[in-house]
Amino acid sequence: MDLFEAVFHGIIIASTPLVFAAIGELVVEKSGVLNLGVEGMMIIGAVCSFVVTIETGSYVYGVIAAIISGSIAASLFGFVTQYFLSNQVASGLSLTIFGLGMAALIGQSYTGLSLTEFPELNILTLNNIPILNNILFSYDYLVYVSIFLVFAVYYFLNKSKFGLILKAVGDNHDAAYSLGYSVKRIRFFAILFGGACAGLGGCYLSLVQTPFWVENMTSGRGWIALVIVVFSVWRPLWILVGAYIFGGITIIQLHIQGIGINIESQYLSMLPYIVTIFVLVFISTNKRRLTNNSPACLNKIFNADL
Amino acid sequence: MFKLEPRNEQSLFFVYFSPFISVIMSIFAGAVMFMVLGENPVEAMKIIFINPLKSLFGLSELMVKATPLIIIAIGLSLGFKAGVWNIGAEGQYTIGALCSGSLALALYPISGFWVLPLVLIAGIIGGSIWAAIPALLKTKFNTHEILVSLMLTYVAILLLSVMVHGPLRDPDGFNFPESRLFHYSALLPILIEGTRAHIGTIFALIIVFGAYVIMGKHVIGYQIRVSGESSKALSFSGYSKKTIIWICFLTSGALAGIAGAIDITGPVGQLVPSIPVGYGFTGIIVAFLGRLNPVGILFSGILLALTYIGGEAAQIKMSLPSAITGVFQGMLLFFLLATDVLVNYKIKLKRFFK
Repeated sequence: MDLFEAVFHGIIIASTPLVFAAIGELVVEKSGVLNLGVEGMMIIGAVCSFVVTIETGSYVYGVIAAIISGSIAASLFGFVTQYFLSNQVASGLSLTIFGLGMAALIGQSYTGLSLTEFPELNILTLNNIPILNNILFSYDYLVYVSIFLVFAVYYFLNKSKFGLILKAVGDNHDAAYSLGYSVKRIRFFAILFGGACAGLGGCYLSLVQTPFWVENMTSGRGWIALVIVVFSVWRPLWILVGAYIFGGITIIQLHIQGIGINIESQYLSMLPYIVTIFVLVFISTNKRRLTNNSPACLNKIFNADL
Repeated sequence: MFKLEPRNEQSLFFVYFSPFISVIMSIFAGAVMFMVLGENPVEAMKIIFINPLKSLFGLSELMVKATPLIIIAIGLSLGFKAGVWNIGAEGQYTIGALCSGSLALALYPISGFWVLPLVLIAGIIGGSIWAAIPALLKTKFNTHEILVSLMLTYVAILLLSVMVHGPLRDPDGFNFPESRLFHYSALLPILIEGTRAHIGTIFALIIVFGAYVIMGKHVIGYQIRVSGESSKALSFSGYSKKTIIWICFLTSGALAGIAGAIDITGPVGQLVPSIPVGYGFTGIIVAFLGRLNPVGILFSGILLALTYIGGEAAQIKMSLPSAITGVFQGMLLFFLLATDVLVNYKIKLKRFFK
C-alpha cells in the first residue's frame, strides 16, 4: 500500500466509530430527545465487547455484547428522561460520568490484554485493480455495516411510515400524541437504538482500531459524534461526510508527525477539538438552515401517554 | 402502571428531601454493586464513607477536596439556573491553574506578601478568558455552548501538558514533565498544622456566602432566575439574554479558575500534567445535588469530596479502580434526577378496573 492508500484506509478506520455513534444520535434527536450520554454509552460498548471477546474468543459475541450493553446504558437515560421527566442535558451528562466510571470498573482486570486482528472481510476481490481493491474492499465487515446503517436510516426517516411518525414525534409531540402515537414509547425506542449504535461505535474502538482496553479510550469521540449531528444539520447522508472529515483530521495529525515536521504532539492532538469549534461556529452562522432542519421539540419534555 | 400529574405548586418536602433519598438509593445500589464484585458491602461502605471521617487526616483531606468542588459548583449553579450550560469548568479550572502556576514560576524566587494574591488573580483571569470563548461564540453566532466549552476542556488539558513538558519544565528536574516547586510566598497558608488543609477553604465559605447574598437579595440574582424560567419575562425586565450569558460564563469561569489556582498553590505546589482530575465535571453534580442553592452546594460538595477520598481508600484497601468514584457520582445524579420528578408531579397509580 502506498501513502495515499494508507491515509485513505486510516481515515475510514478512524471515522467508523464516529459514523456509528452519530447516526444513532441523529435518530434520537430526530425523535426530539437530546442525549448527551453518547460518550458514556460508547465506552460501555467498548469495554463490554472487549471483555466478552476475550472471554469467549468470538468477535461476533463481542459485537452483540456492544449492542446490548449500549442499549442497556441508554435505557437508564430513557427511563429517567421519558418516564421520570428529568432534564435531558443533566441526565445525559450523568450517563457519561457513570459510563466512564462503570467502564473502568468492568475493564479493570482486562487492562493490558490485547486481541488478535479483527477478521477482514474481502467480499469482492478485484485482483486486477489492486488500488481499488485496497481502497474499497479491504475492511472489516463493521465498516460496511456502518455505511449500510446510514443509508438504512436515510431510507427509514424519509421513505417509511415509521420514520415519518418518528419525525412527527420530534417536531410536534402534541400533534403526534393527538393522532394516537405513544410519544414516550417511540422516544424510548429511539434512545435504545442510539445506545446500540453508540455501543457499536465503542466496540469498533476496542476491537478493531486499537485492539486493547484502556480507561477513557473514547477520549471525547462521543462528543465529536454530537457535533457531527449538528454538522449534518440532521440529514443522515451528511453524517458520513462529517464523520469522514473528522476522521481525516485525526489521521492527518498522525501523518504530520510521521513526515517529521517539528511540532509538539499535543498541539496536533488539539486539532480535532479546535476544528470542531470552528465547524460549530460556521454552522451556527446560518441560522435559518439550522432552525428549519432541527427537530422542533428537541430537548422538550412531554408528559402524557396512552 | 402509573401516571404523573402536575402539582399545583412545587412540593417543598421533595425539594429538600429528594437529595437525601437519592443519596440513600445510591448507597443501596453501591452495596449491590460491591456484592456483585464479591466484596463485603458493609465493609466497603465503611471504608468509603465512614473511615475518612474518623481521622484528622481524613477530615483535612475532605476540606482540601471539597474546596474546589464547592467553588466550581457555585459558579456553575448561576448558569444552570439561567439555562446557560457551561460544561467546560474542567478546562477553565485547568487554565486557571496554568496561568497562576506560570506567574508563580515567573516570579520565582521573589518573596513578598503580594505574590500570592497576584498568583490567585492570574488564575481568575485565566479561567474567565477560557470561559469567555464559549460566551462570545454563543452571543455572537449562537454556537452551542455545551459543545464549545467541552471541546475547550480537551484543548486546555493538552495545553497544560505541552507547557509542563516544555517551557515550564523544572530545569533541574531530570526531564520529568513537572515544574519546579513554587516559592513559599506563592503558597497558600496551611490552616491545620501537619495536614494539607489550607485557607482556600475559607475562600470557599466566603464565596458561598457571597453567592447566597447575590442570588437571594441582589437584582442580578433575580434576573438570572427569571432568565432560566422565561426569556419573555426577562426581556420585559430590561436585561438581555446576552448579558445574562456573559455574566454566567464569566463568573463560573472566574470561580473555576480560582479553584484551579487554589489547588496548585495549596495541596499540589507545582504544575504537573495530572492537575485536572475531574473536579469540573463533578462540580456539575455538586451543583445539582445542592439544588443550585449555595448552602445546598456547601453540603453536597462535602459529600462528593467524600466519594473522592472513599474512592482512593477503596483503591488502596480493596484494590478497586478509583473510577468507582465516578460510578457513585453518576448513580447519585441519576437517582437525584429521577426522584426530582416528585417535586413538580405526583404519582397516580392507574386503575386497571374502572
